[in-house]
Amino acid sequence: MDISTTKDTPLPSTPPPPAAEEKRAARGATRPGDRIFLGLSRGSGIFLLAIMAAIAVFLSYRAVLAIGKDEGNFFTTFEWNPTGNPPVFGIAVLAFGTIVSSIIAMAIAVPVAVGIALFITHYAPRKLGGPIAYVVDLLAAVPSIVYGLWGALVLVPQLDGLYGWLNDYLGWTGIFEWQGGAPRSMLTVGILLAIMILPIITNVSREVFRQVPQMHEEAALALGATRWEVIRMAVLPFGRSGVISASMLGLGRALGETMAVAMVLSSSFEINLSLLDPGGGTFAQNIASKFSEATEMGRDALIASGLVLFVITLLVNGAARLIIARRKEFSGANA
Amino acid sequence: MSNATLSDKRPSTLRAASLPKWFSWAVAAASVALGLGISAALGLESSIQWALIAGVLFVAGTFGIAARVEGKRQAKDRVATSVVWVAFLLAVVPLASLVWETVSRGVKVLDTYFLTHSMGVVADTEPGGGIYHAILGTLEQVGLATLISVPIGVLTAIYLVEYGRGKLAKAVTFFVDVMTGVPSIVAGLFILSTWILILDMGPSGFAGAMALTILMLPVVVRSTEEMLKLVPNELREASLALGVPKWRTILKVVLPTAIGGITTGVMLAVARIAGETAPVLLLVWGSNFINTNPFSDPQASLPMYIYLQYANSGGSGAAYDRAWAAALTLIAFIMILNLAARGIARWKAPKTGR
Amino acid sequence: MAKRIDVSGLNAYYGSFRAIEDISMTVEPRTVTAFIGPSGCGKSTFLRTLNRMHEVTPGGRVEGKVMLDDEDLYGAGVDPVSVRREVGMVFQRPNPFPTMSIYDNVAAGLKLVGTKKKSEMDDVVEKSLKGANLWNEVKDRLGKPGSGLSGGQQQRLCIARAIAVEPNVLLMDEPCSALDPISTLAIEDLIGELKERFTIVIVTHNMQQAARVSDRTAFFNLAAVGQPGKLIEIDDTERIFSNPSVQATEDYISGRFG
Repeated sequence: MDISTTKDTPLPSTPPPPAAEEKRAARGATRPGDRIFLGLSRGSGIFLLAIMAAIAVFLSYRAVLAIGKDEGNFFTTFEWNPTGNPPVFGIAVLAFGTIVSSIIAMAIAVPVAVGIALFITHYAPRKLGGPIAYVVDLLAAVPSIVYGLWGALVLVPQLDGLYGWLNDYLGWTGIFEWQGGAPRSMLTVGILLAIMILPIITNVSREVFRQVPQMHEEAALALGATRWEVIRMAVLPFGRSGVISASMLGLGRALGETMAVAMVLSSSFEINLSLLDPGGGTFAQNIASKFSEATEMGRDALIASGLVLFVITLLVNGAARLIIARRKEFSGANA
Repeated sequence: MSNATLSDKRPSTLRAASLPKWFSWAVAAASVALGLGISAALGLESSIQWALIAGVLFVAGTFGIAARVEGKRQAKDRVATSVVWVAFLLAVVPLASLVWETVSRGVKVLDTYFLTHSMGVVADTEPGGGIYHAILGTLEQVGLATLISVPIGVLTAIYLVEYGRGKLAKAVTFFVDVMTGVPSIVAGLFILSTWILILDMGPSGFAGAMALTILMLPVVVRSTEEMLKLVPNELREASLALGVPKWRTILKVVLPTAIGGITTGVMLAVARIAGETAPVLLLVWGSNFINTNPFSDPQASLPMYIYLQYANSGGSGAAYDRAWAAALTLIAFIMILNLAARGIARWKAPKTGR
Repeated sequence: MAKRIDVSGLNAYYGSFRAIEDISMTVEPRTVTAFIGPSGCGKSTFLRTLNRMHEVTPGGRVEGKVMLDDEDLYGAGVDPVSVRREVGMVFQRPNPFPTMSIYDNVAAGLKLVGTKKKSEMDDVVEKSLKGANLWNEVKDRLGKPGSGLSGGQQQRLCIARAIAVEPNVLLMDEPCSALDPISTLAIEDLIGELKERFTIVIVTHNMQQAARVSDRTAFFNLAAVGQPGKLIEIDDTERIFSNPSVQATEDYISGRFG
């Protein structure tokens, strides 16, 4: 449905220019009921903005308090000891772990999600596609704590064999070296995050692929394209920006995921080149794990790291929204 | 070109060597057998390994045979098909395992006793106890969050659809989107920094509910907005033309038309926050005892209960059993909400919509 | 290159619904055959059975024979993908690939069959665009997106794309219904030129158009809504429009129904 028509003025008179209308609606609302109602609804909108501003302001305030007392460099220190004397803490390890686990998750989840989305829209028998899409929808609602429990008690014991294998054949790279400890490492976190963000990326990609106009696919078919060539010529180019923004949404979730990571990762404050050996941590996981034993100073330090996470997820989500918005304009212009 | 060339018998261009229909199934079966064989021969234990071997064999085998018989283009097409199938199966396995493990391990201790008792007198490592206090906590926290966020969210959506133009509305729209992406732990930290660290309040269900509100608000706004946009303008105009003031038009005509969709959106939002653990961990702390008052002292909640049972289990089977049973309860709750929400959406869908 | 189409006893279904019933006809090479008839009479469906596009529609199914010279399109072991290489199609709404340039649109089919050499490709693109009477209008902006062209130009671009792979038959499904009169005229002229090289079948709602461009005209009709469409008669265009042998044809042409 076209937004511009649905947003059209509900006033019976000819619509004034949009900018003027709000003022007019406010001025013209002589009835107390109208004024109160407009005030309430606008107030709610302002309240929402206020919350966002407050999040940024208060997190920054506490973060500044903490960083002021930090004897280490907040961005480069490989240590988290805010309660020590003097307090020393830095986010280098957390940033590294967050980025590494998210990259692994994306590397696994995006291709697989695109595959499932294509499966649902173009490959599965029609009777199968609908129910699968529905189930994937429901899986997106499974809470992360359950993924965490499953990851810790079911997935981790299954990974021993795979880890041994990676060590045998790819251990020489250094990245897949394994000392033989419990497989509660960054790779495990990445795999679990991939499974968690799979439904959301699949859902959005599926919607985009479904919107590919029939006529473009038929154009490719009529040229004598095989199914795969149709997908490459008509479906993937059309859906590319949608898949990118879906991936960004998934990335946003992976970056901020807390409990599941805290439950499967055996964290430590060092950077380990190997993805298979325990070590490292993520912003969110560190907050959850360190919180219960933290003093006020400790909490402020955690809030400081949370602020960094907040900014990162804002950037990632903002980018995703921008891509979606650009895509809307593009398809609107060509409609 | 003359007519003569037309009658020339050219070799058939339409018929191409093609593999029989059962080809893919045969390659799949062979790959699985080989995968199992190889892992048995090498003594590999994990089922992940033979599945990976089988998957690679399937794709490679399909390409090899198809390229030889049908040609490169067909082979590429077949490989794409098999890769898509493998991707699908690859994803199905963990997700099915998640559901299966939760159900099969969860039913072990899940009974009415479990649902109606707390952990008050049970040590973490002992069997017994239940989730009554956690259910209570979840209901109260989620209920409070819903009470706060539904009016604010719906009003915001009304502002955006019925009044909003100009910069303020644009800003609100943008930040609603941004808010959707705020990680739950950050929402928790925000309430922690203000309510607990600055206002010096203790942990309570209400503190958790405020963090949940931040997570729930954008979802309510977005879904309500979508629903209000579906209400046809003719309805509004008809009401306004009768001399009904705008606010009464919204309350009496627009909202009732969209109420089904709004309810659906709210239920989906509730389902989303009911599983949140991180803010509860920071603000409500969790508890083994029944605390009916959400405004003071730590409280339990279902996700928090799962985490505590896992974290404080000391590896005890009894605690894990309770964690699974609570997980099953939580999933059941969320799934029922989801299914009911979809049911309402289908049942109450505006007849003129889309 | 042009080939003869010989259809016998063809039925097409959507699921269990029979859309067209027992159609037999012959289309001679290097002629233009127009399909006319009221909406829903199955002429587009029939057209789509001629390059096996009908079975792309969910539930689409075909029975009967379509011989392209001496090969049955529906014979055992026939690959629909190769059929569509031999029988090109132009659709109702111009549908250039939106993400591709003009050049890439024309070259799209060639790339599929593996033409690699740039010079070869350039030649074919130029030849096809000239063949579609579009070369002069776009030769300076081959790298620009095809979606930036006007509707009529887009449709000619689609024709260029279809003829670039040198098919034997060109099917056109109401190619002018989304175009203005001037663009329509340009396409009609083009059809007249293309029939030197291809067998052309065109579905049209516009009877003047059928009279203007076609050598033979087939009239389709259906007994009632929900009944399958049938071929009522096929004859030389001149005869169909002056002295049809079936009453229903005359009624339709003189505007008494449809």
